[in-house]
Amino acid sequence: MDGINTSSSLSRRQFVVTAVTAAGGFAIGIGPARALPIAAQPWSPEAQDAHELNAWLIIQPDDTIVIRYPRSEMGQGSFTALPMMVAEELEADWSKVKAEFASANRNLREDLVYGKDMSSVGSHSVRDSHQQQQQVGASARVRLVMVAAKRWGVDPATCEAKLSKVHHKPTGRTLGYGTLAADAAKIALDKEPDIKAPEQFTLAGKPTPRLDVPLKINGTASYGIDTKLPGMVYASVIACPVPGGTLKSVDDAAAKSMRGVEAVVPLDNAVAVVADRFWRAKQAAHALKIEWDLGPGGATDSAQFAKDYRAALDGPGARARNDGDVDAAMQGPGKKIEAVYEVPYLAHAPMEPLNATAHYRPDRLDVWMGTQNALGTLRAAAKVADLPPEKVFIHNCFAGGGFGRRSANDEMNQAIRVSKAVGKPVKLVWTREEDIGQDRYRPQAAVRMKAVLAPDGTIAGWEMKTAVGSLLRSLGASKVETGIEPMAVEGLATNPYIVANTRVDCVLKNTHIPVSFWRSVGNSQNGFVIESFVDELAHAGGHDPYKFRRAMLTGKEDWLKVLDTVAEKAEWGKKMPSGKAQGLAILEAYGTIIGQVVEVALGPKGEVKVERIVMALDCGHAINPLTITEQMEGAAIWGLSAALYGKISVKDGRAVETNFDTYPVVRMADAPPKIEVHFALTGGKKWGGIGEPAAAPLAAAVCNAIFSITGKRIRQLPIRDADLTGPV
Amino acid sequence: MITLKVNGTQHQLDIEPETPLLWVVREELGLTGTKFGCGIAQCGCCTVHVNGEAMRSCSVAVGDVAGKDITTIEGLSHDSKHPVQRAWLAEDVPQCGYCQSGQIMAATAFLKRHPNPTDADIDAGMTNICRCGTYPRIRAAIHRAARLMKI
Repeated sequence: MDGINTSSSLSRRQFVVTAVTAAGGFAIGIGPARALPIAAQPWSPEAQDAHELNAWLIIQPDDTIVIRYPRSEMGQGSFTALPMMVAEELEADWSKVKAEFASANRNLREDLVYGKDMSSVGSHSVRDSHQQQQQVGASARVRLVMVAAKRWGVDPATCEAKLSKVHHKPTGRTLGYGTLAADAAKIALDKEPDIKAPEQFTLAGKPTPRLDVPLKINGTASYGIDTKLPGMVYASVIACPVPGGTLKSVDDAAAKSMRGVEAVVPLDNAVAVVADRFWRAKQAAHALKIEWDLGPGGATDSAQFAKDYRAALDGPGARARNDGDVDAAMQGPGKKIEAVYEVPYLAHAPMEPLNATAHYRPDRLDVWMGTQNALGTLRAAAKVADLPPEKVFIHNCFAGGGFGRRSANDEMNQAIRVSKAVGKPVKLVWTREEDIGQDRYRPQAAVRMKAVLAPDGTIAGWEMKTAVGSLLRSLGASKVETGIEPMAVEGLATNPYIVANTRVDCVLKNTHIPVSFWRSVGNSQNGFVIESFVDELAHAGGHDPYKFRRAMLTGKEDWLKVLDTVAEKAEWGKKMPSGKAQGLAILEAYGTIIGQVVEVALGPKGEVKVERIVMALDCGHAINPLTITEQMEGAAIWGLSAALYGKISVKDGRAVETNFDTYPVVRMADAPPKIEVHFALTGGKKWGGIGEPAAAPLAAAVCNAIFSITGKRIRQLPIRDADLTGPV
Repeated sequence: MITLKVNGTQHQLDIEPETPLLWVVREELGLTGTKFGCGIAQCGCCTVHVNGEAMRSCSVAVGDVAGKDITTIEGLSHDSKHPVQRAWLAEDVPQCGYCQSGQIMAATAFLKRHPNPTDADIDAGMTNICRCGTYPRIRAAIHRAARLMKI
C-alpha cells in the first residue's frame, strides 16, 4: 500500500497462522484445526515483498508459500484450483500454502507478468491458466533445487523436491524452501522446464477443501461492501428506471436537510446522495424529487417485445451453420414438426448487491470492489478518472456472486465520479432494487425450431432460427457486422447431433434493455430450446429420448460416455410412480459436456418439485473434483431458479420486478436434497470449463420430465407461468 | 441515545431509532460479517440472533431491540468452533460465501428448535436465499451439526 494513507484496518495482511491440515485431504472432517490459508482482505500489495521469488510467489523463511492468484473469486473456486496447480509443480507442502489476489496495477507496470487477461469469465479461469500456473510452479522448483545442489556441491539430478524441501537422495540431507528462496530468486533459467502431464499429478486431481471457506464461516472474508476507509462516506443511488433515460432535473432541498447528508451528486442517468451513513444516504435518496427524460424506451413492454421477436423470426437472418440441403429435406416426405420457444429477460441478482468504494485523488485512484476482471476494471477506472492506468489501484475483494454481472463496472464508474465530486473516499452501494433495475440482463429471445422426421423417426433435416439481443452491441464492444455473435447461437450451432441437413440462423435484435453475460450465457436459453425440441422429436417419432440422442451421437465417444454415465447412474427408464417422471438433457458448454437426468414430482395444484438431479460431465481433466462437484450442484440450482421462476418483465420501459419478493429464486424447499455428480472424463487435450455448464440443460430436463407426466410441452419459461393443473 | 448489547458488549449509540439494526451493526459497530442482501427481510443475509431468536436485521428497527441480547456471526464463537461452523467447514459449504453468515445464524437458531431435524423440517425452517445454490451442502451441514451437538 505504498503511497496511500492507511489505517490499521487496511494493513495488507492479517494472516492467522495456526495448525496445519492434511494435505489435500477431502475427508477433512471435524479433525484438527486447519490454517487460515488466506488473508481476510485478500488483495496483494503492488510493491515487491522482501521474500518474493518472483511476482507470483513469496516463500517465507518458515516455508510458508504465498501464491498470487491472477483472477477473481466469486464462488467458483478457482482461487483454490489455480494455487493447486502451482503447488503441484512446486512440490509444495499444501498445508503451508496461502493465496492472495495478484495486483492488476503491478501487472500493468511489470510488463503483464500475470498475463494479459485477469478475468474470471466464460468458465475459463482454470482451463486457460493451467499451463501458466504449472510453469510458475515448475520454474520455481527447478531454481530451488539448483540452489540446494550448489550449496551441497552436488549434481542437481541427484536432488528431489518434495513437500517444500529439497532432498539430496544419496545422503538424505534436506533444505527447506524458505532457506533457498532468496538465492533462487536471483537465478534466471536458460529455458523453462517441462511441466507435468495430468497423469503425473499428485495434488491436483484430489478433492481439496476451498482455501477461502475458513473466512466464510465466521464473517471475516472481506467483500467490496465491507470496505472501511478513514474519512469514508456512503453513497446511495437512484438511477433512471428506464435504461437509456437521462436526468432532467432534481429537487434535493428535502434530502439535503436530512441528518448526515453531505452532498447530492447528479450523474448522467442517476442521482447519488452522499451521507455519513448508508441508511441516511438511502433515506435521503428517496426524498429526492427527480424528473427523468425517459427517452424512447419509456413506452415499451414485454408483450410488445415478444411480438417483435416472433416477427423477427420471419425476417432475414444471418446463417450460422448450414450442413447439407435443409430446404430439400424439408420438402421431402415425413412428419414435420415446428415449435417456437420463448424466454424472458433475467436478472443476475448476486447476493452481494453491486457496490464499489472509490478514493479519487488528482494523482491516484484506489478502488475496492469485487470484480470479475481486475485488469479490465483498472483500465476502465483510468478512463473514468482520466488518470494514467499506472496511477490506478484495484483492490480486488471476494465477490458475493458474479454470474457475469461483475464485469461491466457500472457501479464503479458511479463511485469514481461521486468520489471526485466530493473529494473523499466513497462507498457506493446499490440497493437490491437498484441492483435489479440497473442490471444488464440475460436477453429475451424467441427461437423457432423446425424438423422433418424420416419414416424411422430419425431427423431427416432441421432448422433453427433465433431472434435475440446482441450482448456485444449492447455493451458497446462491437457492432457485430456479420450479424452473428457466438453467444446468440451457442448450443444451437454447436449442437453435436449427427443430422445430415442442419441449418442455424441468427437475427440479432436489441431493445433499449441492456443485455450482457449471464451464467451460461446463450446456452441458458438455447440449451432449453434444443434439448426440449429433441425431446419433442423423440416422442413424435416414438423413440426413447435417451436412445434417440444416442443414435445421433454415434462415434462421439466423449458424448456417449457422458450420456451413458448419466443414464446408468440415474437408472434411466426405471418405473416411476404416478405423478412423477424423469427428464433428460445434455449439452456442451465452455468445452465441457454435461448430461442431466432429473426426477420431477408434480403436485395436485401443478406444483413442480425436482426431487433428484443426477449429472455426468466430461471436462477433460479435473484439478479439484470437490469444487467441480460444488459448481455442478450450484449451477444446476441456478438453472432451476431460472426454469421455475426467472422472469424480468418490462412495463413502461422498466423492469417490473424489483427484489426477491417479485423475482423469486430457489430456496431450500425447492432444492433437491441431494445432487449427484459423476465424472466421465476423457482426458487428452480437453480442458473444459466448470462454473457455468450445469446451468444450461437443467430447464430442458425439468420440462421434459413435466411432459412425461402431463403431456404438456412447456415452450415458454418460466415454468410457473404454465398451467399444469388438471388430470395427470 | 440507544443502548445496544451486541455479542455481550454494551454500546451507547446516537442513532435514529428507526435505523435498521443491520446498518447499525455494520457501520456503527464495524461488524461486517452481517450482510446486506435485499433490505426487505426476503433473503436472510442479515440474520442475527435477538434473545436467541433468528431475526432479519435489515427489517428490525434498532430502537425495538435496545437492551436485548443481540448476537452476530462474530459473536457466535470466539474460535469458529461452534458445531454449526465446524459442520459448515467439513461440508465445504460456502462458495461466494456472502449469504453464509446469515445461513449459519439461521441454522443455529433452527437447531435449537429442531435438535433432530428431518429434511422436511429443514425445508420449512431454512428459508434464506443462496444464489450459489449451496442448499444440498447446507442441508448436509445441518444434519452434521445436529450430530455434533450431541457429542
